[in-house]
Amino acid sequence: MLRIRNLDVAYGPVTVLRRVSLHVNKGEVVAIVGANGAGKTTLLKTITGLVRPRAGEIALEGQDVVRTSTEQTVAMGCSLVPEGRQVFASMSVRDNLLMGAHVQYRRGKKDEVAADLQRVYGLFPVLEKRRDQFAGTLSGGEQQMLAMGRALMARPSLLMLDEPSMGLAPLVMRDIFATVSRVASEGCTVLLVEQNARSALKIADRGYVLETGRIVLQGTAEELLANQDVQRAYLGRDVNEEQEGRP
Amino acid sequence: MAGELFFQYLIAGLTYGTIYAVVGMGFNIIYNATGIINFAQGEFVMLGGMTAVSLHAFLPLPLAIVVAVLVTMVVGALIEVTFIRWLSRPSVLRMIIITIGISILIREAALLLWGQDVRALPYFTGNEITSIAVGGARISPQVLWTLGACAGLVVLVTAFFRFTMLGRQMRACAANRVAASLCGLPTRNLITLSFVLSAGMGALAGCVVSPITQTQYGIGTGLAIKGFTVAILGGLGNSLAAVAAGLLLGIIESFSVSLLPTAFKDAVSIAVLLAILFARPSGLFGARAATRP
Amino acid sequence: MRSVRLRQVAVFLVLAGALQLGAIAVGKPFWQTQLTMSAYYALVAVGLSLLMGYAGQISLGHAGFFAVGGYGSALLTTWDLSAHKAAGVLQALQAMGAVVARPDPFGGTVLTVHPWPAAVVAVLLAMAAAWLVGIPVLKLSGHYLAMATLGVGTIIAAIAVGTQALGAADGISGVPPLPLLLGVGVGGATSQRVANYWVAIGLLAVCMILLLNLVDSRVGRALRAIHGAEDAADAMGVDTARYKLHTFVVSAGLAALAGVFLTHFNGGIGPSEASIMKSVKYVAMVAVGGMGSLWGTLGVSLLLNFLSLRGYFGTLDDAVFGAILIGIMLFSPDGIMSPDLRRILVAGWRRLRPAPASVEKGASEEGR
Repeated sequence: MLRIRNLDVAYGPVTVLRRVSLHVNKGEVVAIVGANGAGKTTLLKTITGLVRPRAGEIALEGQDVVRTSTEQTVAMGCSLVPEGRQVFASMSVRDNLLMGAHVQYRRGKKDEVAADLQRVYGLFPVLEKRRDQFAGTLSGGEQQMLAMGRALMARPSLLMLDEPSMGLAPLVMRDIFATVSRVASEGCTVLLVEQNARSALKIADRGYVLETGRIVLQGTAEELLANQDVQRAYLGRDVNEEQEGRP
Repeated sequence: MAGELFFQYLIAGLTYGTIYAVVGMGFNIIYNATGIINFAQGEFVMLGGMTAVSLHAFLPLPLAIVVAVLVTMVVGALIEVTFIRWLSRPSVLRMIIITIGISILIREAALLLWGQDVRALPYFTGNEITSIAVGGARISPQVLWTLGACAGLVVLVTAFFRFTMLGRQMRACAANRVAASLCGLPTRNLITLSFVLSAGMGALAGCVVSPITQTQYGIGTGLAIKGFTVAILGGLGNSLAAVAAGLLLGIIESFSVSLLPTAFKDAVSIAVLLAILFARPSGLFGARAATRP
Repeated sequence: MRSVRLRQVAVFLVLAGALQLGAIAVGKPFWQTQLTMSAYYALVAVGLSLLMGYAGQISLGHAGFFAVGGYGSALLTTWDLSAHKAAGVLQALQAMGAVVARPDPFGGTVLTVHPWPAAVVAVLLAMAAAWLVGIPVLKLSGHYLAMATLGVGTIIAAIAVGTQALGAADGISGVPPLPLLLGVGVGGATSQRVANYWVAIGLLAVCMILLLNLVDSRVGRALRAIHGAEDAADAMGVDTARYKLHTFVVSAGLAALAGVFLTHFNGGIGPSEASIMKSVKYVAMVAVGGMGSLWGTLGVSLLLNFLSLRGYFGTLDDAVFGAILIGIMLFSPDGIMSPDLRRILVAGWRRLRPAPASVEKGASEEGR
């Protein structure tokens, strides 16, 4: 579904991604893990067209998306839940979700929107409860759910999430990951970028490890979880302790 | 002060005030969408009036006004597309200088086209001595036209942003442009639309007030300053507050004539601007941070 | 360090000499007059460049400070105090030489302030005004500061045009020359034209040396830190508020100084010197010359002012400056000395030549 070949991205003189190649098959959940500054966010931004790469190819369902604008990429079925939530703070929860459905309106699928709205409320009941509140008044976890719901309203074939767990309490994090799993099981392809390697790999089929702009490891999720280097670098004792005792 | 005089000052203040309110609202629309303070805002008012006067030579008045508004909207779109659109994250300083340059160019073009002549549209109903009795005093029907048109604009624009899908899209784009493009919203066109809307509002205001204040190539600058004062006074980005602030400024300015020589009338609004900037830059009703660059 | 600076100034003086000789050579010695005026306007621009480029602050009202200097000295040196001759204060001032009796153009005698104390008062007045305005306004940023200075400039312009005592629309004329050494004075006499040219150039050179010193000193580094990242500078203990204020006041003082000298040179001043359009033109000159570049600003100001004064822009004068502003901000916001402009020119040159150019795909957008 998504194929990236030899991607080079730079901000001015600073190269952020070097010859990155990866692929995501339809129906899979792929996790990209790595430390801060590894280039994970840049990768996702490049895929959606917010950043233009210096070299390389990105193909979404066979079609090149390097030269397409963000709006077109979203219309092609690739939705990004951005880092830091980025909700429309001055608009209501419901309006936020409706904004997400814009591509559906463009495709002429207006009638599906109402049903999708119910579906999102089903996934995140708290959003239905707060549907007329301003998005800016929601808690971090609720905003994360809103951002996810908003992306889902576009009925994406590829859903990308940028650090969904950042800044969230462990319990909320668990809910978010569970929802990602659920969405994946309903047929959506998911590309997940996370610092929290353990949680990400646990729900993923395959994974890549990104370090200072390069893919250094790849494999199935189990392989990566078991890998000693990964364990040492990203699954260190501190993170373990946080997660210990939680099923 | 005699009741009659008080009333006249009040009416004059409200009349000018609604114009300032419309200009201030235009500022806010563009500011909300792009973070830019559009120094050329006043020029839209001037263009609306001057174009309508020229068109009126061979078109009936209502049509002349409609076409003038449309022409100004096109100018607004052209400005955005030519000068603003392809700048990537310009600094505040740069944008200010660019919009100042744009306003100068528009003004000079107007000078070239229309010279220094002072022109005016004819009174919509009656003429300069017609008056209607309102509450025991007499006011020109044009005042009612102005108040009505500006009030109508405010209501329509507010409704547009609150109730229509396009309006909501523009609000989304203004709230968070990146998130908006991630929703597939055509952000670049929405921004152009904000310029078009501001231009149209300014133009209509310019047409409606032209019989009373007359129009000339150079009125844009002063209006821009006053419009900015209004936007800040209400709180930058706060559209409804701009309306209240506009009326307030108009009234203050009008009554100042009773205290200061008329030559200083314009200076009054600047004094208000400075007072607000010094004392309470976030405006009377609150706005975004004044110190954030 | 020092020698580079002096060398730059020396080059400047040589170029100035070349300009002057050139003007005489082509049979247009009156060009010296316009060059002299351009030099004074350039002084304003250079002071503004310090403020905008190094301290990163915007002033859209600098013509106002120029006007305070000019009108201040004009008023004091033309205001006939004869009626109050008997007052004790005046007697004392006259004894000091601060107030003098001099012949007026109509054959009588007037009692006016001597040009030098008038000049000092005018410049100090401008600096005091800058101080007062600066304290609250420099806390703001971006549009707010621009508008505040625009407001101040507009008020000064309105006062200049509207006040009878200041000559209203006609301004003040009949301003006596500012006496310097050896019988030379800053004034309009044709016999003194050459001397005046060198006075202007000399003043400009002296101020440039002072400013260049400032920029290289601890103060200059502090200013650059403020411009670069104000919060960081604050956190490191740089007293940002004080530095910004001082820079603002200094640049206002320079503008006022230019105003004083030019008013004496022209023998008068009019309200157009205070206009917002003038302020905008100063900003344009700074923008084109490069906001951090003192020499660039100086060169550009001299050129643009000269062309403008000679009337080469005709009635499109304002439009030309407007177009320049937009053009520079769109294409080369760091002015003509910027690496951006060089890159654009090089890219354009490469495209004209048949050799394949390595066009950088991701070169110009994100991250600017």
